Amino acid sequence: MLVARVIVDVMLKPEILDPQGRAVQGALGRLGLSGVTDVRQGKQFVIDIDGELDDARRAKLEQLASELLSNPVIEDYRMTVVNDDEVGA
Amino acid sequence: MSARIGIVTFPGSLDDADAARAVSVAGGKPIALWHGDDDLKKVDAVVLPGGFSYGDYLRCGAIARFAPVMTKVIEAANGGMPVLGICNGFQILCETHLLPGALTRNDHLHFICRDQKLRIENTSSDWTRDFAPGQEIVIPLKNGEGGYVADEATLDRLEGDGRVIARYLDVNPNGSYRDIAGICNERGNVVGLMPHPEHAIEDLTGPSTDGVFFFASVLTSLLSGARR
Repeated sequence: MLVARVIVDVMLKPEILDPQGRAVQGALGRLGLSGVTDVRQGKQFVIDIDGELDDARRAKLEQLASELLSNPVIEDYRMTVVNDDEVGA
Repeated sequence: MSARIGIVTFPGSLDDADAARAVSVAGGKPIALWHGDDDLKKVDAVVLPGGFSYGDYLRCGAIARFAPVMTKVIEAANGGMPVLGICNGFQILCETHLLPGALTRNDHLHFICRDQKLRIENTSSDWTRDFAPGQEIVIPLKNGEGGYVADEATLDRLEGDGRVIARYLDVNPNGSYRDIAGICNERGNVVGLMPHPEHAIEDLTGPSTDGVFFFASVLTSLLSGARR
């Protein structure tokens, strides 16, 4: 059985303030990591799909990545298809 | 016959009962709508209440946007039906893109709950018609993700078209750009508001009774045929 793994990374657009990232940045400094100039927090979706990742499904994924997984008003997404043989058992 | 105002209950809605009560106090007939139904039960207007929806997973309102009832609400809103989204409802309206921009995590990261002073900036929308221009009101505000953001061009357009319906006064409680507490669409039938008018309808429980005006406004709009 063919299995495809698709990874969708979602990040706030650079111009959108990321208060969570800023809080993490503060914590990193307090915990002894010097020189941190910026932290941005995002989301990663790991999507496993049975069968072939044909053009229709790819197009549907792109659509849902921009309509559901991310909000284009404030976020950018990046979709990466992992080769079938790289998907671990 | 009094106007039928639908109030949608999503899994996680908290303020649907208060919204129904506010509709009654204003003189309307509240009609319960369910997120899983695709039936608007012949209502004349819809309120999307505050609270949460679908755990607010992904982003606030992101999954609620695809609820069966929302397909009908979007259709009706595009046809001119008055729709008010309060708090989570505002987030849902932004996710549907019926309203521009988005609501993000409060800039100070804390959940906030306070009685908030606002200035009403638009008295021509279906939900603000009964206010006096520039009227200052106090209603509760409670949110964790209430920071209104949009790009500069969108903000300029909202301001230029008079579509900022309410602005925070004295203090900006959540980092909203340009102190924006509420906006409307071009037609003025769809309004999103972060603070909660439905909690300010009676002296016994609210900081004021200013909230009633929002619900009275939509009745005025519907009954007088004042709507465009």
